[in-house]
Amino acid sequence: MSVPQDLQYTKTHEWVRIEDDVATIGITDHAQEELGDVVFVELPEGGTSFEAGDSFGAVESVKAVSDLYAPVGGEVVEVNSALEDAPEKINEDPYGGGWILKLRVSGEGDLLSAADYEKLLEEEE
Amino acid sequence: MLEKTLGSLIRDKGREGRRGYTLPGFDVEKTDLEKVLPQKSIRKEKPGLPEVDEPAVIRHYTNLSRKNWGIDTNFYPLGSCTMKHNPRANEAAAAVPGFSGLHPLQPEKEARGALRVMYELQGFLSEISGLPAVSLQPMAGAQGELTSILMVKKYFEDAGDEGRTTVLVPATAHGTNPATASMADFKSVEVGLDEHGCVDVDELREKVDETTAALMITNPNTCGVYERNIAEIAEVLHENGAFLYMDGANMNANLGRMRPADAAVDIMHFNLHKTFSTPHGGGGPGCGAIACSAALAPFRPDPTVEKDGDAFHLVRPAKSIGRMSTFHGNFGVILKAWNYIKMHGPELRDVTEMAVLNANYVRARLKGVYRVPYEGPCKHEVVVQPPKGMKALDIAKGLIDHGYHPPTIYFPLVVKEAMLIEPTETESKETLDDFVGAMLELAESATEDLEEAPIHAPTRRLDETRAARQLKARW
Repeated sequence: MSVPQDLQYTKTHEWVRIEDDVATIGITDHAQEELGDVVFVELPEGGTSFEAGDSFGAVESVKAVSDLYAPVGGEVVEVNSALEDAPEKINEDPYGGGWILKLRVSGEGDLLSAADYEKLLEEEE
Repeated sequence: MLEKTLGSLIRDKGREGRRGYTLPGFDVEKTDLEKVLPQKSIRKEKPGLPEVDEPAVIRHYTNLSRKNWGIDTNFYPLGSCTMKHNPRANEAAAAVPGFSGLHPLQPEKEARGALRVMYELQGFLSEISGLPAVSLQPMAGAQGELTSILMVKKYFEDAGDEGRTTVLVPATAHGTNPATASMADFKSVEVGLDEHGCVDVDELREKVDETTAALMITNPNTCGVYERNIAEIAEVLHENGAFLYMDGANMNANLGRMRPADAAVDIMHFNLHKTFSTPHGGGGPGCGAIACSAALAPFRPDPTVEKDGDAFHLVRPAKSIGRMSTFHGNFGVILKAWNYIKMHGPELRDVTEMAVLNANYVRARLKGVYRVPYEGPCKHEVVVQPPKGMKALDIAKGLIDHGYHPPTIYFPLVVKEAMLIEPTETESKETLDDFVGAMLELAESATEDLEEAPIHAPTRRLDETRAARQLKARW
């Protein structure tokens, strides 16, 4: 299970990369593996604001629909609209082409380091 | 491939001009269509109806019916759906001409028998739940949920309490619970579980406040585990002026053993089509009757049946939320449920005892090979996980080759690779042993073999991912 060291994580299996004041957000390799084939992603509108921990959308797989939670607070600056036609990118490349949205950061979240996230995965097993 | 195994559609069969009927000759003078209908009402093209002869129609539908799969053909342990045998005595009752020939607009005095059945069933459900008031209007479980939550909403509106904006839903809830809350214009807030798979009461305390309208709890929950803290849960809600709603999908585990009113439940729904054995599957027909406390009774849907001396009347409750369905609800289902309860009488309790015994028998026999995430006896259904490294989906597809309808899989969401098995009380030990045998055999199978399953079904494994990604809802 891939857990890139340069990213931060949440207990709800999102990853976040913060560059300057923009946070890029997706779901982890573990999350996509557990969900199975993703068939639909519900994305928020640009300009919407979320607080850390708010549900910002949902990802639907052949097994279930799961809420997505904002790792940090902020306003939506961009969504990955390629996922509308190709939700499988989340399975194929969760940390790259499968990114979900970008927020202009305005609030801190309860984030985990890569090492802490790996520990969480071990505990869940 | 699909066409070869399932056959073509009837509209693609036959030939132009072929027909399976003959009409008598004209006994009136032929008239030009344009003289009697405006131009816009005259069809430009043929309607594209099937043009087939009678034997072709009969064969087409007979062959389709032989591919049907149901409780009448095979064991059907679909968790939380209570696919029990439908006693044929129910059908006999429903076929009585005095019922089957009734019109819903028949005057009350000409429909006394039907109204009496409704009145008595209201009483039976009241006795089973311990709650004083009942409505038979909702036509499905989810509509029973919606009815209940709309009643709660109207109660707070009537009381002038405008701040009740949230409904709490445990992580084990049926998906319809948060959907109901949302349809009734509440925000649904999830409550997590403790180590027994039950509602975490400490987390509930944190989340209940003056904005909470209700908690929607299923008991036993969808892990097949009894919510042992239900009394404390009710207390937390009532201290905050909120209601406890119980999803009655799992009432097959409670009949004569647990009265929701004794657990301080304020309002609940029943699934007559599950617990009381009226046929279901394929989307209906159903009845999601509700029962509620005296405080909520004035808000019940219109109409309920009341008795005045020897006469029965349809009555609109004082502060009714209005109609939830046309006429009297699904009367056929109401009648069959009445019949089922009358046949059992006080022995309804045996239904629950046998259903729980059967689930625990399956649990005990699968344990060791399959993983059982929650210790201790289960209620009427059991959640298991395949051996490590195996997928619930593969086992489910393998069961089709063994002649079983697969159990519910990937639900409840809180259990990874969940398989939710509900055998019901109407299955014999031999049937359960055969099913367990198939489950154990599949657990020993090589993954690559299982990935091929089903081999013996009319279609092999369907590409569910592609079907969902490239949704075609019509042809």
